Amino acid sequence: MDILYRIVIDPFVQMVATPDFLIQVLWEGFVAGVLYALIALGFVLIFKASGVFNFAQGIMVVFAALSLVGFVEVGVPAPIAFVLCLGVMLVLAVGVERLVLRPLVNQPDIILFMATIGLTFFLIGLGELIFGGEPKTMVTEELFLPTGSSVWEPAGLGPDGAPGFILFQHLDVAAAAIALALVAALGFFFSKTRIGRALRAVADDHQAALSVGISLNQIWVIVWFAAGVVALFTGIMWGARSDVSFALEIIAFKALPVLILGGFTSIPGAIVGGLIIGIGEKLGEIYWGPLVGGGIESWLAYMIALVFLLFRPQGLFGERIIERI
Amino acid sequence: MFYREAGQFKTNYADDQAAFPVREDRIGIILLAVLAAVVVPIVASDFVLNTIMIPFLIFALATIGLNVLTGYCGQLSLGTGAFMGVGAYACYKLTSIFPDVNIVLWVLCSGVFSAAVGVVFGLPSLRIKGFYLAVATLAAQFFLEWCFIRIPWLYNNNASGAIEVPTREAFGVALTGPTAEPLTRYLIVLAIVVVMTFLVGNLLRGRIGRTWMMIRDMDIAAELIGVRPLYAKLSAFAVSSFVCGVAGAMFVFFWLGAAEPASFNIRLSFQVLFMVILGGLGSMAGSFMGAAFIFIMPILIRMVPAAFGLDVDAATVEHLNFVIIGALIIGILIAEPHGLARLWSVLRQKLRVWPFPY
Repeated sequence: MDILYRIVIDPFVQMVATPDFLIQVLWEGFVAGVLYALIALGFVLIFKASGVFNFAQGIMVVFAALSLVGFVEVGVPAPIAFVLCLGVMLVLAVGVERLVLRPLVNQPDIILFMATIGLTFFLIGLGELIFGGEPKTMVTEELFLPTGSSVWEPAGLGPDGAPGFILFQHLDVAAAAIALALVAALGFFFSKTRIGRALRAVADDHQAALSVGISLNQIWVIVWFAAGVVALFTGIMWGARSDVSFALEIIAFKALPVLILGGFTSIPGAIVGGLIIGIGEKLGEIYWGPLVGGGIESWLAYMIALVFLLFRPQGLFGERIIERI
Repeated sequence: MFYREAGQFKTNYADDQAAFPVREDRIGIILLAVLAAVVVPIVASDFVLNTIMIPFLIFALATIGLNVLTGYCGQLSLGTGAFMGVGAYACYKLTSIFPDVNIVLWVLCSGVFSAAVGVVFGLPSLRIKGFYLAVATLAAQFFLEWCFIRIPWLYNNNASGAIEVPTREAFGVALTGPTAEPLTRYLIVLAIVVVMTFLVGNLLRGRIGRTWMMIRDMDIAAELIGVRPLYAKLSAFAVSSFVCGVAGAMFVFFWLGAAEPASFNIRLSFQVLFMVILGGLGSMAGSFMGAAFIFIMPILIRMVPAAFGLDVDAATVEHLNFVIIGALIIGILIAEPHGLARLWSVLRQKLRVWPFPY
């Protein structure tokens, strides 16, 4: 019974006893979730427009962040370095479209998936050749991102009615705000602009889009560039929270459960999925993790996603899968 | 001219259903077997056996395992590394609990544990398909990796957290552990790989293999004509994990000698997946070719700078290696999306009609 008590009751007792800590956990889960959502967004953009499961998104994040730091290191002012990075991502998008996607058009999904893993290896090697393997510090202050933190002490939320203690890193607040702004901008871009409409047309039906004169190749460059921009922002945010290194590549694996949870084709799905995974993961790690020895972050997200998938195989917001003979 | 089946008449059903109906193929297989079992042990040095031949055979077996699942049954899996790990840890536990039983038997038994775990993680495949399933199998990868780290019982509460292969003997000859000769290990690995390949190959030609292929080609249609997806998919997961588990046990016991949880990480899964895809989905011969290509190519690339007398430091070579492998993978996929097996079948067709164009 003891184990049952520790699983079913004790975590909730803890939550109620120290509400300020719970809020702190929720907030951190929220920030992590927003950042997961950003990476998932990069996946979704490319999957919608070209049907490619882009495994390289994680390494694109690292690559973007590394080139930003690299530019600053050679003496370029940070804002200009940012613009140059956008250029790098554009070159990458054009290169991928020309050298990888175009020759592989019409191949089965798994072949394209493999090609993006090949691209991952290529970018890992190239990145390490150019920038070296050591972790680097993100140029947070040069990019005018706030550092430091502030404390909120809401009355009566601490243990035994004492004032609570909740710490907000300014960087996290900025990250959440920028991520939301980016999502809003992408939403606007998709729904209100000419290119956005073309993107949605391609996502709906490649052949129909081709027949009304939309250039698939151009669209692919645009989505890969958009995914690159998302990757750059993600890289800055993650890089500022920890160091910029190839270990960041791991966060791509965090984004995958977000993807299957939200559905491969849904932008709102990526965001909601990101928040569910981010918050669920933090809650699980803090309140239930010690029961099994901790470190459950690496797979808890997958288990959460699997449970959802058993009920909705296409993800929360994915398109209904209709199969015909 | 040299490779022509004209004049080879099949006069009974047994001939007709033979694994290699063409005489030239049979001769080729026998030659390969002689090469692997007689010529290689005589010619190859311990170094070659240890760094190339043994791991190549083990990877080929793992590739066959994944090919059963992905190439023949159409279920994309990214959990191969973890399933290999289950085999390795199961073998380690079995041989620590029952040290007197022949290690080869335990290597084969460890596949059973891996198969059981594979079936459990194969259950979602009944509901979800394609890339959703691939991501779901990542759950297996990360969960099992976590188990290897967090359950001390699995590695006998070692302080290092790694499994060390104990020395095991049979008939007075050390088979595993630091004192085992590479030649002994090579011959055992070769025997296991040949037997497993033979078994899996025949499984694929029979009813079970055909139901897998029906599921792969169109699962709804297969269901309509009476294939039970539950049995077909789960049996594919079981057989695939069994083979991968045996490969994983050999990976540690006959090659590495010691392993930590990181040996079975996602990189290993991808490596095996590369071997499957580049070798050719749904091809046994392709599994061997893919394993040879992916495993041996980096070794060759590492030797290139030394061969030209260039002094490049090891880290740079390693990074260049990544760049070249990535580019080569993309290049091969563009040139031949169906893998090396297709190249071989094209070549074979050319040989059959030679000297005529068709």
